[in-house]
Amino acid sequence: MNVTRWQRPEFTSWNPLTHLSSLREEIDRLFEFPLTALTEATQPFLSGWLPAVDLFQDKDNLTLKAELPGMQKEEIDISLHDGVLTLSGERKSDPKYEGAQACRSERFLGRFQRTLALPSLVDAEKVKATYKDGILTVVLPKAEEAKPKQIEINAK
Amino acid sequence: MKNTLTSPRKDQDQVLKENGSGERTYLCPAVNIFETKDNFVLEAEMPGVNKDGLEITLEGNALTLVGHRNEGSGETEPIYRESKPAHFRRVFELDPALDTTKINASMDQGILTLNLPKAERVKPRKIQVG
Repeated sequence: MNVTRWQRPEFTSWNPLTHLSSLREEIDRLFEFPLTALTEATQPFLSGWLPAVDLFQDKDNLTLKAELPGMQKEEIDISLHDGVLTLSGERKSDPKYEGAQACRSERFLGRFQRTLALPSLVDAEKVKATYKDGILTVVLPKAEEAKPKQIEINAK
Repeated sequence: MKNTLTSPRKDQDQVLKENGSGERTYLCPAVNIFETKDNFVLEAEMPGVNKDGLEITLEGNALTLVGHRNEGSGETEPIYRESKPAHFRRVFELDPALDTTKINASMDQGILTLNLPKAERVKPRKIQVG
Protein backbone atom coordinates (compact mmCIF):
# COMPACT_ATOMS: atom_id res chain seq x y z
CA MET A 1 0.00 0.00 0.00
CA ASN A 2 1.29 3.40 -0.90
CA VAL A 3 0.90 6.22 1.43
CA THR A 4 0.98 9.65 -0.07
CA ARG A 5 0.67 12.79 1.82
CA TRP A 6 -2.77 14.22 1.54
CA GLN A 7 -2.92 17.79 0.54
CA ARG A 8 -5.95 19.98 0.60
CA PRO A 9 -6.52 20.69 -3.06
CA GLU A 10 -7.59 24.28 -2.56
CA PHE A 11 -4.33 24.97 -0.77
CA THR A 12 -2.06 24.22 -3.66
CA SER A 13 -3.39 25.77 -6.80
CA TRP A 14 -6.40 27.88 -6.13
CA ASN A 15 -5.56 31.49 -6.37
CA PRO A 16 -8.63 33.66 -6.69
CA LEU A 17 -6.72 36.38 -8.46
CA THR A 18 -5.52 34.23 -11.33
CA HIS A 19 -9.04 32.93 -11.83
CA LEU A 20 -10.41 36.40 -11.78
CA SER A 21 -7.95 37.61 -14.37
CA SER A 22 -8.63 34.70 -16.68
CA LEU A 23 -12.34 35.39 -16.36
CA ARG A 24 -11.62 38.95 -17.32
CA GLU A 25 -9.71 37.79 -20.37
CA GLU A 26 -12.62 35.59 -21.37
CA ILE A 27 -15.00 38.50 -21.16
CA ASP A 28 -12.67 40.75 -23.11
CA ARG A 29 -12.36 38.11 -25.78
CA LEU A 30 -16.13 37.89 -25.98
CA PHE A 31 -16.39 41.55 -26.89
CA GLU A 32 -13.65 41.42 -29.49
CA PHE A 33 -15.22 38.43 -31.20
CA PRO A 34 -17.29 39.23 -34.28
CA LEU A 35 -20.93 38.45 -33.62
CA THR A 36 -21.30 35.95 -36.43
CA ALA A 37 -18.29 33.97 -35.28
CA LEU A 38 -19.81 33.86 -31.84
CA THR A 39 -23.13 32.49 -33.03
CA GLU A 40 -21.31 29.94 -35.17
CA ALA A 41 -19.16 28.91 -32.24
CA THR A 42 -22.08 28.46 -29.89
CA GLN A 43 -24.44 26.85 -32.37
CA PRO A 44 -23.39 23.24 -31.73
CA PHE A 45 -24.20 23.67 -28.06
CA LEU A 46 -27.66 24.96 -28.63
CA SER A 47 -30.25 22.42 -29.50
CA GLY A 48 -32.51 25.09 -30.96
CA TRP A 49 -32.74 26.47 -34.41
CA LEU A 50 -31.35 29.90 -35.28
CA PRO A 51 -32.56 30.89 -38.71
CA ALA A 52 -30.24 33.31 -40.52
CA VAL A 53 -31.46 36.89 -40.36
CA ASP A 54 -30.33 39.81 -42.53
CA LEU A 55 -31.13 43.46 -42.00
CA PHE A 56 -30.86 46.08 -44.71
CA GLN A 57 -31.69 49.73 -44.85
CA ASP A 58 -32.28 52.40 -47.41
CA LYS A 59 -33.53 55.95 -47.15
CA ASP A 60 -37.10 55.08 -46.21
CA ASN A 61 -37.16 51.52 -44.96
CA LEU A 62 -35.51 48.90 -42.86
CA THR A 63 -35.85 45.49 -44.47
CA LEU A 64 -35.43 42.29 -42.55
CA LYS A 65 -35.01 38.95 -44.26
CA ALA A 66 -35.12 35.63 -42.47
CA GLU A 67 -34.46 32.21 -43.94
CA LEU A 68 -37.35 30.05 -42.86
CA PRO A 69 -37.73 27.36 -45.48
CA GLY A 70 -40.73 25.09 -45.49
CA MET A 71 -43.08 26.77 -43.05
CA GLN A 72 -46.69 27.82 -43.19
CA LYS A 73 -47.22 31.55 -42.85
CA GLU A 74 -49.53 30.90 -39.89
CA GLU A 75 -46.65 29.30 -38.01
CA ILE A 76 -44.55 32.46 -37.99
CA ASP A 77 -45.08 35.20 -35.40
CA ILE A 78 -43.70 38.68 -35.76
CA SER A 79 -43.97 41.22 -33.00
CA LEU A 80 -42.62 44.70 -32.53
CA HIS A 81 -42.30 46.21 -29.13
CA ASP A 82 -40.26 49.26 -28.11
CA GLY A 83 -38.07 49.12 -31.21
CA VAL A 84 -37.32 45.44 -30.68
CA LEU A 85 -38.49 43.03 -33.32
CA THR A 86 -39.09 39.40 -32.40
CA LEU A 87 -39.59 36.55 -34.82
CA SER A 88 -40.73 33.27 -33.45
CA GLY A 89 -42.42 30.12 -34.58
CA GLU A 90 -42.31 26.43 -34.66
CA ARG A 91 -41.59 24.01 -37.43
CA LYS A 92 -43.39 20.74 -36.98
CA SER A 93 -42.48 17.42 -38.47
CA ASP A 94 -44.41 16.43 -41.53
CA PRO A 95 -47.05 13.85 -40.52
CA LYS A 96 -46.78 12.41 -44.03
CA TYR A 97 -43.47 10.77 -43.16
CA GLU A 98 -44.24 9.85 -39.57
CA GLY A 99 -43.91 6.12 -40.06
CA ALA A 100 -41.22 6.28 -42.73
CA GLN A 101 -37.66 5.41 -41.92
CA ALA A 102 -35.37 8.43 -41.87
CA CYS A 103 -32.06 7.89 -43.67
CA ARG A 104 -30.89 11.42 -43.03
CA SER A 105 -32.35 14.16 -40.95
CA GLU A 106 -30.35 17.34 -41.07
CA ARG A 107 -33.23 19.79 -41.03
CA PHE A 108 -34.11 21.39 -37.75
CA LEU A 109 -37.49 20.92 -36.21
CA GLY A 110 -38.95 22.76 -33.31
CA ARG A 111 -39.20 26.24 -31.93
CA PHE A 112 -37.08 29.20 -32.84
CA GLN A 113 -36.92 32.77 -31.70
CA ARG A 114 -34.84 35.66 -32.95
CA THR A 115 -34.86 39.10 -31.38
CA LEU A 116 -33.35 42.16 -32.97
CA ALA A 117 -33.06 45.70 -31.70
CA LEU A 118 -33.87 47.91 -34.66
CA PRO A 119 -31.27 50.59 -35.36
CA SER A 120 -33.83 53.31 -36.03
CA LEU A 121 -37.38 54.25 -35.17
CA VAL A 122 -40.03 52.68 -37.35
CA ASP A 123 -43.66 53.33 -38.05
CA ALA A 124 -45.27 50.28 -36.45
CA GLU A 125 -48.57 50.87 -38.26
CA LYS A 126 -47.06 50.46 -41.70
CA VAL A 127 -44.96 47.32 -41.24
CA LYS A 128 -45.55 44.75 -43.97
CA ALA A 129 -44.43 41.14 -44.11
CA THR A 130 -44.35 38.66 -46.98
CA TYR A 131 -43.30 35.05 -47.12
CA LYS A 132 -42.02 33.73 -50.43
CA ASP A 133 -39.63 30.95 -51.46
CA GLY A 134 -38.96 30.20 -47.81
CA ILE A 135 -37.78 33.73 -47.07
CA LEU A 136 -39.69 35.99 -44.73
CA THR A 137 -39.31 39.64 -45.67
CA VAL A 138 -40.43 42.33 -43.24
CA VAL A 139 -40.42 45.89 -44.51
CA LEU A 140 -40.40 48.43 -41.72
CA PRO A 141 -40.86 52.02 -42.88
CA LYS A 142 -38.73 54.42 -40.90
CA ALA A 143 -40.55 56.90 -38.73
CA GLU A 144 -40.56 60.45 -40.05
CA GLU A 145 -38.21 61.67 -37.34
CA ALA A 146 -35.66 58.94 -38.17
CA LYS A 147 -35.40 59.81 -41.86
CA PRO A 148 -32.45 61.86 -43.03
CA LYS A 149 -33.43 65.45 -43.59
CA GLN A 150 -31.95 68.12 -45.68
CA ILE A 151 -31.76 71.35 -43.77
CA GLU A 152 -32.05 74.47 -45.73
CA ILE A 153 -29.70 77.31 -45.01
CA ASN A 154 -31.14 80.75 -45.11
CA ALA A 155 -28.65 83.27 -46.36
CA LYS A 156 -29.10 86.81 -45.29
CA MET B 1 -18.15 15.25 -53.02
CA LYS B 2 -20.78 12.59 -53.15
CA ASN B 3 -23.27 11.43 -50.60
CA THR B 4 -24.92 8.13 -50.89
CA LEU B 5 -28.61 8.52 -50.52
CA THR B 6 -28.99 5.80 -47.99
CA SER B 7 -25.88 6.00 -45.85
CA PRO B 8 -26.50 7.28 -42.34
CA ARG B 9 -23.18 9.14 -42.30
CA LYS B 10 -23.53 12.88 -41.90
CA ASP B 11 -21.39 15.14 -43.99
CA GLN B 12 -19.38 17.61 -42.08
CA ASP B 13 -18.43 19.83 -44.98
CA GLN B 14 -21.15 22.39 -45.12
CA VAL B 15 -19.56 24.50 -47.79
CA LEU B 16 -18.38 22.99 -51.00
CA LYS B 17 -15.78 24.43 -53.23
CA GLU B 18 -15.79 23.67 -56.87
CA ASN B 19 -12.60 24.07 -58.81
CA GLY B 20 -12.30 24.01 -62.53
CA SER B 21 -14.44 26.60 -64.26
CA GLY B 22 -13.59 29.42 -61.90
CA GLU B 23 -13.63 28.94 -58.19
CA ARG B 24 -17.05 29.12 -56.70
CA THR B 25 -18.28 28.46 -53.24
CA TYR B 26 -21.56 26.69 -52.75
CA LEU B 27 -23.61 26.07 -49.70
CA CYS B 28 -24.54 22.53 -48.90
CA PRO B 29 -28.29 22.40 -48.34
CA ALA B 30 -29.56 20.48 -45.33
CA VAL B 31 -31.55 17.45 -46.38
CA ASN B 32 -33.94 14.97 -44.90
CA ILE B 33 -34.29 11.63 -46.60
CA PHE B 34 -37.08 9.22 -45.80
CA GLU B 35 -37.57 5.73 -47.02
CA THR B 36 -41.11 4.52 -47.52
CA LYS B 37 -42.28 1.22 -48.90
CA ASP B 38 -42.22 2.32 -52.53
CA ASN B 39 -39.83 5.22 -52.70
CA PHE B 40 -37.26 7.51 -51.19
CA VAL B 41 -38.24 11.07 -50.46
CA LEU B 42 -35.55 13.74 -50.34
CA GLU B 43 -36.25 17.20 -48.94
CA ALA B 44 -33.57 19.84 -49.41
CA GLU B 45 -33.66 23.27 -47.78
CA MET B 46 -32.91 26.00 -50.27
CA PRO B 47 -34.37 29.24 -48.95
CA GLY B 48 -34.54 31.93 -51.60
CA VAL B 49 -34.58 29.52 -54.52
CA ASN B 50 -37.65 29.27 -56.70
CA LYS B 51 -38.58 26.83 -59.44
CA ASP B 52 -36.66 28.73 -62.10
CA GLY B 53 -33.44 28.73 -60.10
CA LEU B 54 -33.35 24.97 -59.78
CA GLU B 55 -31.12 22.72 -61.77
CA ILE B 56 -31.39 18.99 -61.21
CA THR B 57 -29.18 16.77 -63.30
CA LEU B 58 -28.71 13.06 -63.38
CA GLU B 59 -25.51 11.66 -64.77
CA GLY B 60 -25.10 7.95 -64.37
CA ASN B 61 -25.87 7.46 -60.72
CA ALA B 62 -24.91 10.97 -59.66
CA LEU B 63 -27.79 13.26 -58.90
CA THR B 64 -26.74 16.90 -58.71
CA LEU B 65 -28.95 19.48 -57.08
CA VAL B 66 -28.14 23.12 -57.76
CA GLY B 67 -30.24 26.01 -56.49
CA HIS B 68 -29.57 29.54 -57.67
CA ARG B 69 -30.81 32.28 -55.42
CA ASN B 70 -32.04 35.47 -56.90
CA GLU B 71 -29.69 38.13 -55.68
CA GLY B 72 -31.40 40.98 -53.93
CA SER B 73 -31.25 44.45 -55.35
CA GLY B 74 -27.99 46.11 -54.47
CA GLU B 75 -29.64 49.38 -53.60
CA THR B 76 -30.01 48.73 -49.92
CA GLU B 77 -27.23 48.90 -47.41
CA PRO B 78 -26.71 45.77 -45.33
CA ILE B 79 -26.57 46.49 -41.60
CA TYR B 80 -26.42 42.97 -40.33
CA ARG B 81 -25.92 39.85 -42.34
CA GLU B 82 -26.01 36.20 -41.38
CA SER B 83 -27.08 34.58 -44.62
CA LYS B 84 -24.33 33.61 -47.01
CA PRO B 85 -24.48 35.05 -50.49
CA ALA B 86 -23.93 31.78 -52.30
CA HIS B 87 -25.89 29.27 -54.31
CA PHE B 88 -26.69 25.76 -53.18
CA ARG B 89 -25.20 22.58 -54.54
CA ARG B 90 -25.08 18.99 -53.43
CA VAL B 91 -24.42 15.71 -55.19
CA PHE B 92 -25.98 12.41 -54.22
CA GLU B 93 -25.02 9.00 -55.42
CA LEU B 94 -28.18 7.09 -56.17
CA ASP B 95 -28.74 3.52 -55.32
CA PRO B 96 -28.91 1.42 -58.51
CA ALA B 97 -32.18 0.01 -57.22
CA LEU B 98 -33.97 3.30 -57.93
CA ASP B 99 -36.04 3.84 -61.01
CA THR B 100 -34.35 6.98 -62.29
CA THR B 101 -36.86 7.49 -65.08
CA LYS B 102 -39.64 8.20 -62.62
CA ILE B 103 -38.03 10.84 -60.39
CA ASN B 104 -40.24 13.83 -59.85
CA ALA B 105 -39.51 17.10 -58.12
CA SER B 106 -41.51 19.90 -56.58
CA MET B 107 -40.56 23.15 -54.93
CA ASP B 108 -42.50 24.84 -52.16
CA GLN B 109 -41.38 27.68 -49.88
CA GLY B 110 -37.70 26.95 -50.30
CA ILE B 111 -37.99 23.21 -49.88
CA LEU B 112 -37.18 20.99 -52.81
CA THR B 113 -38.95 17.64 -52.55
CA LEU B 114 -37.75 14.80 -54.73
CA ASN B 115 -39.62 11.58 -55.08
CA LEU B 116 -37.35 8.72 -56.04
CA PRO B 117 -39.33 5.55 -56.69
CA LYS B 118 -37.76 2.20 -56.09
CA ALA B 119 -37.50 -0.06 -59.10
CA GLU B 120 -40.24 -2.64 -59.37
CA ARG B 121 -37.81 -5.49 -58.95
CA VAL B 122 -36.64 -4.44 -55.48
CA LYS B 123 -40.04 -3.72 -54.01
CA PRO B 124 -41.12 -6.23 -51.41
CA ARG B 125 -43.72 -8.60 -52.77
CA LYS B 126 -45.37 -11.75 -51.79
CA ILE B 127 -44.67 -14.90 -53.66
CA GLN B 128 -47.62 -17.13 -53.99
CA VAL B 129 -47.17 -20.77 -53.36
CA GLY B 130 -48.73 -22.61 -56.22
